[in-house]
Amino acid sequence: MSIYREKVIDHYKNPRNFGKLDNPDIEVKESNPLCGDDIELYIKLNTNGSVADVKFSGKGCALSIAAASVLTEIISGKKLKELKRLNKKDIIKALDLPDPGPTRIECLLLPIKALKLGLTEYLKREVSNSKS
Amino acid sequence: MKLKGINVEAIRKDFPILKRKINGKSLIYFDNAATSQKPRQVINAISKYYSLYNANIHRTIHKLGVEATEAYENVRDKVVKFINAKHREEVLFVRNTTEAINLVAYSWGRANISKGDTILLTEMEHHSNIIPWQLLAKEKSANLKYIGITDDGFLKDDEIKEYLDNHPKILAITHVSNVLGTINPIKEIVRYAHKNGVIVLVDGAQSVPHMPVNVQDLDCDFLAFSSHKMLGPTGVGILYGKRELLENMEPFQGGGDMIKEVHLNYAKWNDLPWKFEAGTANIADVIGFGAAIDYLNKIGMENVRAHEVDLTSYALNKMSEIENLKIYGPIDVNYRCGVISFNIGNIHPHDVATILDSEGIAIRSGHHCAQPLMERLNVPAVNRASFYIYNTKEEIDIMVNVLKEIKEVFKI
Ligand SMILES: Cc1ncc(COP(=O)(O)O)c(C=O)c1O
Repeated sequence: MSIYREKVIDHYKNPRNFGKLDNPDIEVKESNPLCGDDIELYIKLNTNGSVADVKFSGKGCALSIAAASVLTEIISGKKLKELKRLNKKDIIKALDLPDPGPTRIECLLLPIKALKLGLTEYLKREVSNSKS
Repeated sequence: MKLKGINVEAIRKDFPILKRKINGKSLIYFDNAATSQKPRQVINAISKYYSLYNANIHRTIHKLGVEATEAYENVRDKVVKFINAKHREEVLFVRNTTEAINLVAYSWGRANISKGDTILLTEMEHHSNIIPWQLLAKEKSANLKYIGITDDGFLKDDEIKEYLDNHPKILAITHVSNVLGTINPIKEIVRYAHKNGVIVLVDGAQSVPHMPVNVQDLDCDFLAFSSHKMLGPTGVGILYGKRELLENMEPFQGGGDMIKEVHLNYAKWNDLPWKFEAGTANIADVIGFGAAIDYLNKIGMENVRAHEVDLTSYALNKMSEIENLKIYGPIDVNYRCGVISFNIGNIHPHDVATILDSEGIAIRSGHHCAQPLMERLNVPAVNRASFYIYNTKEEIDIMVNVLKEIKEVFKI
């Protein structure tokens, strides 16, 4: 039962920041075709480039939902620069998890992958906007 | 036939892997529909071949080659008997069920399917009995049609009749569903199909390992199955085909062993069955498969089936006592094999499988290579426990207890 500790179950049953945002600066969907899980992230930024508001929606196993939920807590208020540095260790630590093993790590990574994809798309847009 | 029952305790001693501990717990292997475990008799037969008479087969004068050829061809005779084929030319060695079906779709399909023809399948097929036909249909501009299934997991009788009455060229149908466990009434279906002049390919991947299968009684035109799901090694599959059909088919692959004479501009194909066995065969694993057939024969396929009926009805009873646990497929064990797919509330199957694994219990979770069926059942994935000769009721009890604990952990 080891990886299904209280904290995972709590985040899974009561996901934080679950829902959608209107007119977000970042809106991104990432899916794991292997298990059919998908996670959508919505992020609004302050003028100083820090996270003003974040929500997520989607469906998935307990690990991917808990990881998405705890990720929204981690990134609230953080600067874009700090978001880029996030990795699986931050999620594992925040959820108080032992090593999930090779088959389930993808589930934990799904929300981070979504975030990274969203950041890349956002920064590309910014660059092309500043050029035009 | 009187059943002598099976001695599970003695059988378990033959499977070295069953001594393994997983996360400190004794392995409980319930993923038999994916692949079965192997008895030491099979492992030894392979190792004996490599240690004592490893050589290439056919056209070999030396002693080792003669022994290897004899062992390889002996296994063909064992398979012929095992499925009661009429002629030894009707049994071809291939890599697995998938390759057997691809062979038919390629060699028979290309010559017999033309524009506008219909290929009939069912909604409970494994991807390996869908994709080869999709490829063929695309190439030939043919149509695919699927016999639907009822909510309790049976093929729709009226659709079987209606679609066969419309004269498709071929029906490719699974004998036993790898998700629902449903045993389809193949004999009746073949009879009806033949009345309409329809060729029938049966996917026997989940039936041949678990019950007596007699191709002359079923009267099917083709039957495909895999060694690795019936105690044998990976890399060996069987395609059974009626002699008249195979004789009229062009080869699947070209190369050594499948020819009689080769000239610069033409060649003559070898006789059946070698016409379809191009290149050096998987000799060692075919020999290993022979040992698997011997092992199953010693137990008796009637007894294998009876043991699984016993386990399955026990498991169905125990599992249906768990609130919020949904079982897919027929409830009557007379119409189902030892495959039980289920979901617990809305807990994701990967979570269920992970927790079972932490207790040493191996089940499968996911779409089981049957995505169209998942769509029909309206679920993204299911858990599947599947049994074989070495499984016991005690193991089922342990799984059922963990399933109950999972409900507690997830507070449902
Ligand atoms: C019903 C059915 N058909 C075909 C296959 C494919 O078998 P193989 O992978 O050995 O070719 C399987 C195995 O998963 C199966 O369950």
